[in-house]
Amino acid sequence: MTPPSPDQRSEPAIGQRAFDLLSLTMAFVLGLHAPHLPWWFVVMLALVLGWRWWQRRLASGTVPRWLKLPLLAMLTLAVIVQYGSIFGRVPGAMLAIGLLILKLLETEAPRDVRVGISFACFALMTALLFDQGMLTTFVVALGLLPALATLRALEPAQGAPTLPRSLLPGLGLLAAALPLALLAFLLVPRLGAPLWGAPSPTEARTGLSDSMSPGNFTELLTDDHPAMRVSFDGTPPPPDQRYFRAYVMWNYDGRSWRHIKGSLGHPVPIEVARSIHYRISLQPSHQRVLPTLDVPLAAPPRAILQRDREVLADEPVNDPLNYQLSSALSYRLQPALDERSRRLGLRLPTHFNPRTRVLATQWRQRYGTDDAAIVRAALALFHDGGFRYTLAPAPLGRDAVDDFLFDTREGFCEHYSSAFTVLMRDAGIPARVVTGYQGGYWNPLADYLLVRNSDAHAWSEVWLAGRGWVRVDPTGAVRPERVSLGAAAAAGDQLGWYRSDWLQGLRNHWDIVNRWWDQGVIGFDALRQRGLLTPFGVQDTDTATLGMLLAISSVLFIAIGLGWALLRRQTHDALRTALRELERKLAHAGLRRRQGEGPQHYLSRAARALPGQRRELGTLMGNYLELRYAHDEPPTEPLRAFRRAVREFRVDGVVK
Amino acid sequence: MRGMLQRVQTLAERRLPALTRYRRPESLPIELHRRRIYIVPTSFGVGFSILLLVMLVGALNYANNAALLLTCLLGAASATSMLVAFRNLDGLRLSHVHGGNAIAGQAIELTLSFDSGRTRNAIRLDLGDTSIAFAVDANTSAIVRIRVPTAQRGWQPLPRLRLRTSWPLGLFRAWSWLHPDQSVLVWPRPEPAGPPPHAPADDARHMRLHQGDELAALRDYRAGDPQRRIAWKASARHLNLLVKDFEQPQSPPQWQLDWRQLAGLGKEARIARLARWLGEAQAQRRSYSLWLPGTEIPSGSGPLHYAHCMSALAQLP
Repeated sequence: MTPPSPDQRSEPAIGQRAFDLLSLTMAFVLGLHAPHLPWWFVVMLALVLGWRWWQRRLASGTVPRWLKLPLLAMLTLAVIVQYGSIFGRVPGAMLAIGLLILKLLETEAPRDVRVGISFACFALMTALLFDQGMLTTFVVALGLLPALATLRALEPAQGAPTLPRSLLPGLGLLAAALPLALLAFLLVPRLGAPLWGAPSPTEARTGLSDSMSPGNFTELLTDDHPAMRVSFDGTPPPPDQRYFRAYVMWNYDGRSWRHIKGSLGHPVPIEVARSIHYRISLQPSHQRVLPTLDVPLAAPPRAILQRDREVLADEPVNDPLNYQLSSALSYRLQPALDERSRRLGLRLPTHFNPRTRVLATQWRQRYGTDDAAIVRAALALFHDGGFRYTLAPAPLGRDAVDDFLFDTREGFCEHYSSAFTVLMRDAGIPARVVTGYQGGYWNPLADYLLVRNSDAHAWSEVWLAGRGWVRVDPTGAVRPERVSLGAAAAAGDQLGWYRSDWLQGLRNHWDIVNRWWDQGVIGFDALRQRGLLTPFGVQDTDTATLGMLLAISSVLFIAIGLGWALLRRQTHDALRTALRELERKLAHAGLRRRQGEGPQHYLSRAARALPGQRRELGTLMGNYLELRYAHDEPPTEPLRAFRRAVREFRVDGVVK
Repeated sequence: MRGMLQRVQTLAERRLPALTRYRRPESLPIELHRRRIYIVPTSFGVGFSILLLVMLVGALNYANNAALLLTCLLGAASATSMLVAFRNLDGLRLSHVHGGNAIAGQAIELTLSFDSGRTRNAIRLDLGDTSIAFAVDANTSAIVRIRVPTAQRGWQPLPRLRLRTSWPLGLFRAWSWLHPDQSVLVWPRPEPAGPPPHAPADDARHMRLHQGDELAALRDYRAGDPQRRIAWKASARHLNLLVKDFEQPQSPPQWQLDWRQLAGLGKEARIARLARWLGEAQAQRRSYSLWLPGTEIPSGSGPLHYAHCMSALAQLP
């Protein structure tokens, strides 16, 4: 028993344990938000938090008002200086976290602690606006443990477990709440359209961009984050056909290649020999482009098929997106080239790369009108000309292609595709650069292709009479593994120890879980929710049905919960049960136990009524009284004997 | 605000008999069960639900399923805490109440004993403005002491007590009323001052010294004093021998307190005077007897005797 403690109605000061747990919660929230806040800000907040904790621990001192107000002003100023505004996702988070930590300075009463914990729960949720990966979500959910433990610690008169042990009951509560939480998650009706503007994140992670200049792929090629996951209907295409087109780039200014914005018009015609159907789940790229396997036949919903058969979504992809479509695997794209496209495909900036022009002119003279021979010659040059694949090439000068082809001879896909395309244009063959992804990791356990950012690639397309646009990958001439085995194999040991084979294999396998999370949890949108009841024959589950389902199942859960809450363990009394049995047997013979009649009186009466069994009943009565009153707890062996005797007792005949 | 709430509560208790159902005194033991435990969200609970709502709308608006999952988890945990709060009270048993001793006007200490089959935390016992928090361990009983103000002598029925808890998260408050059908005896308040009782032989000759075993003083040796009484150490510093003188004051004479002696006073005044005399007698370690209408307590002394006499006084009609 814990000794009772007196308690005033006025709010008592909070205990040390509650304050410790509150500080722990705040530190947890700060840690979760640290990656996207300025480092100096995090360090300062951590110092404030640590100082306040130390101050409370040493002597329960309060923080004077003259200190709190300037700190608040400084916080607001810091946010404005850093971001120019206090609105928006990152400035808002910065301000919220700052306020949360400052709340600790004026926390003296249970009410302050409760406000702080509520705010901390909100801040935990906002951490998920930055990253909703499975691991992050799990860690954020763990942050609820100190928060719940803090609320518990505010209650008076309880045991005093150690700090780690005080976190455990929260885990039990969350575990018990999990079924209801999952149910609510499934059934809470999703909004078709946002109520107010969804945030547009300004900072874009590295991704494919609509322009390509030497060197800007380097960051992308070392980024291991998944870009998309693809699953195919039927057999997947072989590795050397896993080219995912994103941007087609026509414009070259001597330094970078650019995608033509707003290239409207009907998609160019295509003659399809073989096509494949597949589904892509794309990670947020903050761009409109949707990568597709080779040449798509039609655009998915809420996206447009551009003239060069690139797919652009109506909105930038800020949340994971799932789409499915069909693509041609063997085809003739734009068999007849119109004049405008030919002009675009041959255009080069003047007074750039003179040596390349000379080489191309030589080839044209040597091979005459055989365009395919010129392409072969260029590939042979890359294969045999001493070119090297590296992610850290030497810098190039003004005549970038000349420098690359004749001097440095080292680089990666964008150097090769750029140089190849310039060569082709100089030789009079319409050509263009295409960027996208190539390769990926085929996960045999779950049958899908994992494409990482590091699988980004650039190649060329040349227009050959009678064959249309033909994909040519000059990088493959230099480093065939890049095409057949993927980016990691091509890069060799340039990527550092953490990309070693076994670790990569582990990461590839772990990706199944991420995919499951992305598809099952993150991708569970309004559309999927409507198809929730398809297995039960309901094609379209509307909001009213969902609400009703939610209500019904909530009631069900409440019933289960109430059942648990009302559960009372009946203390089982074997002796009493045995006496009841005896009473039942005697009642058959007309000897009912009267209201308020004691066992001794009753059994004596029975013995008088049944003279033939007087001795037997007398023994039973003696045994019962002995068992009931001679011990605190009836001993086991005699109890068993008594029960056996009751079971074997038969009423012979009644003499009234 | 508070007064208005009080009025609303009174009205509700009058209008809704279900609320007052268990306000009738009932015999011990009292076991709390589902039909007498009420539960409402605390103000913090209401605020927290609003926060959960905001989180829900935010998560839905940004189509952020991870945030939605977190919100659902927190909401479900809050709902579960309601059941935990209920279960914290359900099955709790008030097994017995023991009243202490107090004279009218002072607070009387009640000792309540609560039993439980499982561990319960953070239960508060409210009476008026005082509140006591306690915990009960599994299969033991918790002793809770609470002080109840008293006004007049005699049997005082136990007041209505409230058990409440906001365990575990402070989001919900479960409470139940206890009204044990039991009374405590309040002793009469003694009058502040007044004449001493008329005692037959209360004069100085009773106070003379006689030989006892308490050291009273050292005096000069007189012939005939026994040798073992001589204080040798003290005598060594003096001219003549000193002898230790022992004495024992004779115990004060017995008081015979009698209702009939106070014929000129009113009933309560008589009781107050008798109570004062009892207190004085107890303080002076006298032995005393008490005669009351219908009761006669023979002479005696000690705290038990005092309690017996005071209880008899308290129970006078």
